[in-house]
Amino acid sequence: METDVKRRILLKGSMAAGALGVAVAAGLLTPTRVIAAWPDKAFAAKAMPDMLLELMGGENPEESADIKIKAPDIAENGAVVPVTISTTIAGAQSIAVIAMNNPAPLVASYDLGEGVEGFVSTRIKMGKSGDVVAVVKADGKLYSAKKGVKVTIGGCGG
Amino acid sequence: MSSNTIKIRAKLSDDVTTVKALITHPMETGARKDKDGQVIPAHFIQEVTCESGGKTLLTAYWSGGVSKNPYLSFKFAGGNKGDSLKLSWKDNKGESASEEATID
Repeated sequence: METDVKRRILLKGSMAAGALGVAVAAGLLTPTRVIAAWPDKAFAAKAMPDMLLELMGGENPEESADIKIKAPDIAENGAVVPVTISTTIAGAQSIAVIAMNNPAPLVASYDLGEGVEGFVSTRIKMGKSGDVVAVVKADGKLYSAKKGVKVTIGGCGG
Repeated sequence: MSSNTIKIRAKLSDDVTTVKALITHPMETGARKDKDGQVIPAHFIQEVTCESGGKTLLTAYWSGGVSKNPYLSFKFAGGNKGDSLKLSWKDNKGESASEEATID
């Protein structure tokens, strides 16, 4: 009797999970909205493809001239590097900011709600010189752009 | 934490609202050492959300790679003067704060 009840609960649980899976597959809900949690695997990833797969569900962004990265050519203080990403790509859903040569390259990821423009501005740390990469997800596709920043004093030391 | 860790401003111009926020937070990566060689534990904001009228405008996920005392700016269409906005953050230690502002 008791096992029967447990089984029923288990079945109910798996059915609910199944329905959720269907909703995700149908594109009704994006995984980030369902789970709504800090994407720890993407932040731990060292390689771009792994990171982007975890974060945005794609590996190979297409280079785009419609993404602009505003960042200094030379950053005297790597602890505070102002970075502004703007894009004219229609339907931008999310924007990721990546500092390629940082120990943890993914710095920030922004999910844009309805009516929010393809624009984010933040200040980031850069351990050493390297590219700042912006990846934009729009209509399920990934686009990217990069800009080199020379860092005079690294931002990750003591 | 008290809400005075957040300064937020929202300004409407040509049908676009620009939101600018400054948050007071150490944003420790967990990779730095203090003078005695002891690792300074990670302490950084992981999630920032900004909502208005029951809708989430922006969700930001951050690592310790965002600078100390973070600055954040974004823009959205469809805001009205007097609308209220709420910005909240949560960090890796479970601390959180939020602050409201009205669009002007």
